[in-house]
Amino acid sequence: MALTGLQIYKLLPASSTNPEVKAHANCKECGYPTCLAFAMKLAAKQADLSLCPYVEEESKRQLEESAAPPIRLITVAGSAKKLEVGNELVLHRHEKTFYHPPGLFVRVKDTQPDAAQVAKAVADYTVDYVGMSLSLDGVAVEAAGGDFGATVAAVKAACPFPLILMATDPATAEAGLKAAQGTTPLLWAASAENWQAMAQLAAQYKVPLAVLGPNGDLNALADLAEQVKNAGVEDLVLDPGTRDHASSLAAFTQLRRLALRKNERKVGYPLIAFAGDDITLAAQHIAKYAGFIVLDQFDPAMAYPLIVLRANLFTDPQKPIQVLPGVYEINHPGPSDPLMITTNFSITYFSVANEVESSGLPGWLLVADAEGMSVLTAWAAGKFDAERIAKTVKSTGIEQKINHKRLIIPGHVAVLLGEIEEELPGWEINVGPREAVDLPNYLKTRWG
Amino acid sequence: MPGIEVPKEKWSGKVREVTLGATAAEGGTRARTVTVGGETTLPFLKFEGEIPHPPAIAIEVRDQPPSDWPALLLQAWDGATQDVAEWAKAAEAAGADLVALRFNASEQLSAPYARQVLRRVLSATGLPLVVFGPGQADWDNEVLVAVAEEGKGERLVLGVCEEKNYRTIVAAALAHGHLVDARAPMDVNLSKQLNILIHDMGLPVERIIMDPTTGALGYGIEYGYSVMERLRIAALQGDSMTQLPMLVTPGEEAWRTKEARAAEGVPAAWGDYVKRAINWEVLTASTLIHSGADIVVLRHPESLRRVRAMINALIG
Repeated sequence: MALTGLQIYKLLPASSTNPEVKAHANCKECGYPTCLAFAMKLAAKQADLSLCPYVEEESKRQLEESAAPPIRLITVAGSAKKLEVGNELVLHRHEKTFYHPPGLFVRVKDTQPDAAQVAKAVADYTVDYVGMSLSLDGVAVEAAGGDFGATVAAVKAACPFPLILMATDPATAEAGLKAAQGTTPLLWAASAENWQAMAQLAAQYKVPLAVLGPNGDLNALADLAEQVKNAGVEDLVLDPGTRDHASSLAAFTQLRRLALRKNERKVGYPLIAFAGDDITLAAQHIAKYAGFIVLDQFDPAMAYPLIVLRANLFTDPQKPIQVLPGVYEINHPGPSDPLMITTNFSITYFSVANEVESSGLPGWLLVADAEGMSVLTAWAAGKFDAERIAKTVKSTGIEQKINHKRLIIPGHVAVLLGEIEEELPGWEINVGPREAVDLPNYLKTRWG
Repeated sequence: MPGIEVPKEKWSGKVREVTLGATAAEGGTRARTVTVGGETTLPFLKFEGEIPHPPAIAIEVRDQPPSDWPALLLQAWDGATQDVAEWAKAAEAAGADLVALRFNASEQLSAPYARQVLRRVLSATGLPLVVFGPGQADWDNEVLVAVAEEGKGERLVLGVCEEKNYRTIVAAALAHGHLVDARAPMDVNLSKQLNILIHDMGLPVERIIMDPTTGALGYGIEYGYSVMERLRIAALQGDSMTQLPMLVTPGEEAWRTKEARAAEGVPAAWGDYVKRAINWEVLTASTLIHSGADIVVLRHPESLRRVRAMINALIG
């Protein structure tokens, strides 16, 4: 947890009990008039500790530790893709933002003949959402009595994404680690029974290690994580052992609060959740604090909504995703093709642009600067009114590109019709549909 | 080694309990009532507070089968959508807690027609009702005032009650013993302000449900999600004009999206249409429940079943 200026001051030369260090109290060598002023700058992260050559080692250690993130950043990597999770700073996204979207993994068993095919399907899966190409993050291979090493090797060959190796028997786990060499998988899991051997493997193969506690017992989990850390493994992931909605919500919320609010270092790690084939449990873990989410099946009809939910909740609430205002050409429009207008909120823009594009009809799409709001919100806030619409028409040079003066406005702002006609003399204003999905039909039947 | 202490928030506030519907003993005709609210912590955190009532699920029915609903949705009700009374019965049989009757904007819609439809729905189901107008302020006023009079004493929820028409709707609720669905456009302060305006007209706070508006999954759900989290946190911190149960309409939002409507001509990565469409409604609803929704209005019976299963799993 970040220290206050006064707490930092107690660690600087002016507060030292060592006379040699104390001699440098308020020496100004750091460029600030006093140690207290320097401490305040450090607390505000506007100065760097290295400016003070006299700070003691112990103080330096404490200051560096306080600057460490409350939830450790953990990296896993496949042959061609890596995933970073952790380093979160808030409980609710509106407090700042959620930084590292949880990895979505699909589980295969080493007894499953099609494990490599599933892994390839996971690797090949991409879906476009508001102009972003999104994907799943990896495959969890579970030892279930088959040939674990061979299955890991086959999955690794089929999927360049990070792996989770699920084996609780150390000898089996080592076979998987050997097969996964060259990548950085997450090893799951160290429990009360096997932690020494698992910690040794994690250290030897330099991989992060999941620590599995008994169902929902956070004290036992914290103690086990501490033991594993003391055995030399610093990159940990916690699995509180909960598998149902209620106990998972309680455990994940408590662990996040312990790390962020209580600065409890023993649990300052990302969390892993197993959602089975329950989409509401997986969705709960996207909102509530998982770093890794393991699904039991690969199904695009399930993957797509989860990937979209993750993209939505991990959007920075301070910065709505916007597109640049201006003229957008869809399907190579000519001078007589339809002209539409919408706002520059990315979801709005892509809803409209995707509809027109997939209809195959050519058109000109004007995007007004509505400060990143959707049509209705912008209209209510006065950011998408007749004046702004007229200004967009006049300032974008669209009049030189078309040979007509007809503009289609969104159905939700039909009330602006009269005002826009006043602002744009000589123009014919058409009220389009309310929803983008109805645009292709509108263009086919009403434009001509 | 000293144990770690489970961190608990010491919330000072509590969401008000609001009861929908009235039985014969209470001046109505409902077979049972539904109470929502009463939480003293964030959704489902039973380790630190009370969750006296699970979130309630309303099923939306229309006076006529809506022309803009996808076939998948209409077929799910197996013909019951042809008649509003049958539809309301089917909703009850499917396990809904509430019936949300919504009037289409159609030529036949008038005050006498609305009264007749309401009477038929009231006699078809014993569940408490939420009644939505067609969504155009003048028309809403006409329909909802008639509905309020016709359903006197039933503790209906009249909606939507917005800044531009709240006076008429609140007056009708006051005169005939109903509740209102106070809808503001995804903004904490606007929600609070509308609650104050409504309360200032003399409607007891226990008869206001707030509706912060929402977006579907993929279409702005994160705004609704955060506004609801902020409203609920404000309520728990003691801000009295935010201490109201929240109603949202994930069914309406989800079934507007292309993901729930388009069976063909979409990327293969979207997956099987039926599964995807229902998942869209389920995840929109489940995510909003996690951010504090007390009532969700749904459309598909399978979504109802799955959202109910999730609520049961969370309530334990």
